[in-house]
Amino acid sequence: MSLLGVMQIAIFAVVLTALVKPLGDFMAKVFQGERTWLTPVLGPVERGIYRLCGIDAGSETSWKRYAIAVLLFNLLGFFAVFVIQLAQGALPLNPQGFAGVEAKSAFNTAVSFASNTNWQGYGGESTMSYFTQMLALTVQNFLSAASGMAVLVALIRGFARRQTQQIGNFYVDMTRSTLYVLLPLSLLLALALVSQGVVQSFSEYRTADLVEPGTIQTTVKDASGDAATKQEQIAQQTIPLGPAASQIAIKQLGTNGGGFFNVNSAHPFENPTPLSNFLEVLAILLIPAALCYTFGRMVRDTRQGWAVYAAMMIIFLPLAFGVFSAEQAGNPRLDTLGVDQASSQMHPGGNMEGKEVRFGIASSALWAAVTTAASNGSVNSMHDSYTPLGGLVPMWLMQLGEVVFGGAGSGLYGMLMFAIVAVFIAGLMVGRTPEYLGKKIEAYEVKMASLVLLLPCVVVLVGTALASAIPEGTSSVANPGAHGFSEMLYAFTSAGNNNGSAFGGLSANTPFYNLALGVAMWISRFWLMIPVLAIAGSLAAKRNVAITAGTLPTHTPLFVAMLIGVVLMVGALTFLPALALGPIVEHLQMIGKG
Amino acid sequence: MSELRPALVSFLLLTIVTGVVYPLVVTGIGQAVFPSAANGSLIHDGDALIGSRLIGQPFSDPRYFFGRPSATAPQPYNGAASSGSNQGPTNPALAQAIKDRVAALRALDPANQAPVPIDLVTASGSGLDPHISPAAAEYQVARVARVRNRPESEIRALVKQATEGRTLGIFGEPRVNVLLLNLALDGKSAG
Repeated sequence: MSLLGVMQIAIFAVVLTALVKPLGDFMAKVFQGERTWLTPVLGPVERGIYRLCGIDAGSETSWKRYAIAVLLFNLLGFFAVFVIQLAQGALPLNPQGFAGVEAKSAFNTAVSFASNTNWQGYGGESTMSYFTQMLALTVQNFLSAASGMAVLVALIRGFARRQTQQIGNFYVDMTRSTLYVLLPLSLLLALALVSQGVVQSFSEYRTADLVEPGTIQTTVKDASGDAATKQEQIAQQTIPLGPAASQIAIKQLGTNGGGFFNVNSAHPFENPTPLSNFLEVLAILLIPAALCYTFGRMVRDTRQGWAVYAAMMIIFLPLAFGVFSAEQAGNPRLDTLGVDQASSQMHPGGNMEGKEVRFGIASSALWAAVTTAASNGSVNSMHDSYTPLGGLVPMWLMQLGEVVFGGAGSGLYGMLMFAIVAVFIAGLMVGRTPEYLGKKIEAYEVKMASLVLLLPCVVVLVGTALASAIPEGTSSVANPGAHGFSEMLYAFTSAGNNNGSAFGGLSANTPFYNLALGVAMWISRFWLMIPVLAIAGSLAAKRNVAITAGTLPTHTPLFVAMLIGVVLMVGALTFLPALALGPIVEHLQMIGKG
Repeated sequence: MSELRPALVSFLLLTIVTGVVYPLVVTGIGQAVFPSAANGSLIHDGDALIGSRLIGQPFSDPRYFFGRPSATAPQPYNGAASSGSNQGPTNPALAQAIKDRVAALRALDPANQAPVPIDLVTASGSGLDPHISPAAAEYQVARVARVRNRPESEIRALVKQATEGRTLGIFGEPRVNVLLLNLALDGKSAG
């Protein structure tokens, strides 16, 4: 690991940590309906929306009505994305004349974007019209993230309130998340990205004359079915355009991750410079990290928020350095081929297959860890071509349940489920009724939290097992051997935890994968929100218990260690066997002489 | 039905705000303040559009510097369908491809038996990578100078012009823009 590479990761962590308090504080004000400096501009818009919706911003609901609102609202989002894709051929803003998307692929993409997964079974620049990118995909980038943040805020209210049935109003929480948090940050980021070269235009694609025209050999079948090679002259290059910057900004900030172009943020028009790369990677973790502070402020003890933040960071940093070191070490299978993989001032070295020169190893490895720690799933390098251990870490970060920062809102509510399980286990150890943030944790909460923890594990393992057992699953695999299994495991890990990144070699745009992964994404997103909201309702109804000498403090290093232990234990015990069949075997094969 | 109205109306209104107003505002400001960047950082030669400074082009003539191998289909550097190879590290096809690329480079410059910088023989993530490392450029200097019958020092000076350092000395990697370098070799500027 080069010193400059280590510094890039260290500076990232420092800048992120410095932003946690100011943004977290701001978001707490927004969610509690306090005045902020944006209120004079956005207040009238906010009130206008409530008036047309017929909502009283002051009226709150029970957890059940909150859950119905979340589900209904996201179902609408799903239908909108589905229908717009099917109809895009007849809709405006389609300069490339793309036809409507095939139904199973459209179903997959609609679930994917409504569930904040943003798995992509399609190539953006060759499939989606500008209309679809803006009015279907960009919109869901905002609204699915805002839905996650709203559910988190409802859960926090459950901890903060006592003896009430009310946990908030979904439409108010969701609207405020969108208007005051996601929209201004996206506007700033989008403009910064345009300044770096990210395209933002409604023109049709351009065609450039190549400096050196060339020929390619293509295989064509003649009338009798025999294959013949044909020379084809290539003298031009398509230069794709579109309203990309506006979508990329929210794709990063809302932990969405669905790229405008096929290769996501590896595309030079999606991520042109080291500066755009730093801003984009920072944007992935910004909101999930700052929400920890928001949580602390809303439960009136910021130490609680910092404790959760510390647990996340302590899990994240060693894993990020792990990817960096595995990728920098390069591929021993290439050592005898006359190549130079050692890093120097003159070149990045390491495993450069699937990586871009402007990012080299450090910026690519940091991104891989960040995007899978958060449930973002955008990529700036191709994870399928990572070394076995470099690919294992992103997979495992997702398998931890997307709670190490995780999705906007969903990451922290997932982590708070782990906190509930952690105090429960601690309570068992010392023989006391577990408490968290002044609330007694009883059988109901532990049951619901266990559901949230275990459901994604079941989805991932059952899905992978199914895919490995049937030809519809295995025939999509691109790489031979253990790596092929890793491709399937990665796909269900990504969908089953709403991440959206992929080992891209897997041909996932097939009926089996479109449907199976669509179902996985749907279950892991919405079936988890219901138990989380149930806990919010149950906690809000409870009275506060007095803090005594026997209360386990939950802001101390001891509790942080306990929380980390539970997260890692569940993740390791559940997934080690599957990982052993994929990346671990491949690693041993790669370093072995055989 | 009381549940349906807020869901529908808020969805429609927020679709207008985030799906129409927001992209239009970004487009308006972007086109006004950063017109070249917002439109693809295009390079013209007279009236002809000859590329983008951010999108690499395929080069195979030894008088030009070569960029990264590109895995896009059907032709390399296909701007209409970005793609990496997605070959795994133990896939025999990956080792074979790299072996063939090393052999092809050495065949064009038999005197140069130095190890080939890895970025010059591995496919980029996008298939459109406009850059190679300074080491990969230096590896090709002797060949380009010989084929063009120009002194190496002259070629090196052009490489230096097309080289960008790390941002703030820390972020990213030093890199050489292959298209701009090859245009400079032909005596064209990227106007």
